[in-house]
Amino acid sequence: MAFVPKPDELARIGHKPPRTGWMDTPVDFRRGTWCYAAKPKNLQALELPNPREWSPERADWKLPANWQEIILEGLRERLQRFRSLQIFMDICVRCGACADKCHYFIGSGDPKNMPVLRAELLRSVYRKNFTTAGKILGKMVGARDLSEDVLKEWFYYFFQCSECRRCSVFCPYGIDTAEITMIARELLNLVGCNIDWVAAPVANCFRTGNHLGLQPHAIKDMIEFAVEDIEKITGVKVEPTFNRKGAEILFVTPSGDLFADPGTYTLMGYLMLFHELGLDYTWSTYASDGGNFGLFTSHEMMKRLNAKIYAEARRLGVKWILGGECGHMWRVINQYMDTLNGPADFLEEPVSPITGTRFEHARTTKMVHITEFTADLIEQNKLNLAPERNEHCRVTFHDSCNPSRSMGLLEEPRYILKKVCRHFYEMPENTIREQTFCCGSGGGLNADENMEMRLRGGLPRANAVRYVHEKHGVNTLACICAIDRAALPPLMDYWVPGVEVSGVHELVGNALVMKGEKKRTSDLRGRPLPDPHTAFGGAIEE
Amino acid sequence: MKLEELLAQKKSPILERWFQLLLETYPAETARFLKREENRFANPVGHTLYQGMQGIYEELLNGMASDKINVFLDPIVRVRAVQDFSPARAVAFIFFLKRAIREELAGEMREGQTALGDFLDLESRIDDLALYSFDLYMECRRKIYEIRVNEIKRRTSRLLQRTNLLAESPEPGPEQDGLRT
Ligand code: SF4
Ligand code: SF4
Repeated sequence: MAFVPKPDELARIGHKPPRTGWMDTPVDFRRGTWCYAAKPKNLQALELPNPREWSPERADWKLPANWQEIILEGLRERLQRFRSLQIFMDICVRCGACADKCHYFIGSGDPKNMPVLRAELLRSVYRKNFTTAGKILGKMVGARDLSEDVLKEWFYYFFQCSECRRCSVFCPYGIDTAEITMIARELLNLVGCNIDWVAAPVANCFRTGNHLGLQPHAIKDMIEFAVEDIEKITGVKVEPTFNRKGAEILFVTPSGDLFADPGTYTLMGYLMLFHELGLDYTWSTYASDGGNFGLFTSHEMMKRLNAKIYAEARRLGVKWILGGECGHMWRVINQYMDTLNGPADFLEEPVSPITGTRFEHARTTKMVHITEFTADLIEQNKLNLAPERNEHCRVTFHDSCNPSRSMGLLEEPRYILKKVCRHFYEMPENTIREQTFCCGSGGGLNADENMEMRLRGGLPRANAVRYVHEKHGVNTLACICAIDRAALPPLMDYWVPGVEVSGVHELVGNALVMKGEKKRTSDLRGRPLPDPHTAFGGAIEE
Repeated sequence: MKLEELLAQKKSPILERWFQLLLETYPAETARFLKREENRFANPVGHTLYQGMQGIYEELLNGMASDKINVFLDPIVRVRAVQDFSPARAVAFIFFLKRAIREELAGEMREGQTALGDFLDLESRIDDLALYSFDLYMECRRKIYEIRVNEIKRRTSRLLQRTNLLAESPEPGPEQDGLRT
């Protein structure tokens, strides 16, 4: 017989959410809104505590007996170690300026996704255990005990923050909720509560240098695959080298570019550009991922994984490092690298061998972003470009959170796009540059089992894309981040069908006129070029 | 007065009431934000809901062509299909329209200003809207699963073309299609 709800069940469909206070509303682990637990083998590989089979949706999380003690001790240590944490715990005046700035709140409508409330989840425990008022007055001053429900709430909401830092832009005190999330995740790690989408790439990276655990021959093979495709499309055989000692430059990019569409087309763009310049550079099959999910685990883990890039640079004897289109790699390099593993004194201050431009801002990290490198080439007229070959692309640019907010890289990608494409349209100003909306999948949260949450979090971004799609016919969403290239296609598929996602250097590759190339009949995706443009061969006039 | 005229005349209080009832499905803090923030990019959900409801209401008065209804109904259902609602709660907002109309037109109805037949006819049209909403809701949910599958394929697309390259696999073997096991 078909399921017929009883009258009282029908009444419950009634429409209002529970009216309990936030402190007394425990989390409901509804599927689609959280990521699977870290597998024991991955925690073991990293020597992280409490490896076990467990699931957030089961009642028993198999915590160690003294888990509260471990967490409170961990918090005490970190309050001493990070002055910023102590300040962030104390100075929030609950003005609410950040409250409606988080994409997860905007998209989900869940008040605990307001940054101020997210931070309050940790702050309430801090008050109870580390402030006199909290110890005495408890709930009255927003203090509460660290119960198992609270821990579960932490897990749910701190793995529902993409550490994008949008909220911090609006806080008059500069409180950075992303940093609070980072600490909370460290604490969760102390009792073995991580997600596998973070732990697995970290474990793989630690062992083989990249997220998927690809061995050196596989890395080489993936790149050679792209070499074949380039030859088919352009008639030019590019010749990358691997682990070559004495090369001038080491190139490091997220491994997603090697094997995940549409990142693979961006990879083709890099290879074509470097070949055309005759750049003296090498790939490393060990520093084979710019991505560093250590950032989403703990400061120690971030340091561990970041070190391999510099170890490779030293081993190969390069002068400096060029970095590909990655998001969070650049946050690690810009905000943390110097104090983690730097300064990299054994390398030289980066100078473009083509233009002679000195990248002074990279003096200590020795690492230059590829859009800085390419923008400089274009500005100095070193590239022969045929933007007609991107005629079919009506482009907008998604500022990835990390390059924009943690690095201030705003103009270079736009400059390149306007030179390699003829149709470029900005999204509304409160959704770009420093105020950009996260793709909804950053911070290690782009697991497919988390799809509903990602679609909620990505809604504000998609909404702005839809606006330019409808107004200007935008069909290409360009970005400079591998997580974006993985996360934005599903987002578009759900919210704005008809918009493709593309790396900036894919579009560079389309437009780049190479010496000795054959007449192009398709773009890098193998899509036929619109007819009048196939005949085109030379540089365009501006 | 004819019901259509009455509905046109009372459009703004009915819409306001309907919107309010919908907002009550969200926590109070959220409802305040959805209502208050006027910038459509800062508040895409509030904007989508309100625009959609306005359009639906117009269509209800003007004959309900199904393609036009979809333009307004789809965005609302699409949002609510990924938010924290059960299927019933996600689409229940359509029925709130009945309630809003009944409340706002209570006086006129008591005084017999509108023919009962017209009124029943209107309610049937709203029922049809609810049925559309269920279809759209199911389509959104189906889409989410499809997206998940596509994403998994795309994530390692090149590897799928050249399988057996992962470190955890044994010897590299001949090329084959399909997922690694
Ligand atoms: S860092 Fe980003 S995801 Fe985290 S609370 Fe702030 S706005 Fe939300
Ligand atoms: S904007 Fe800053 S001070 Fe105001 S509530 Fe948010 S974190 Fe606290």
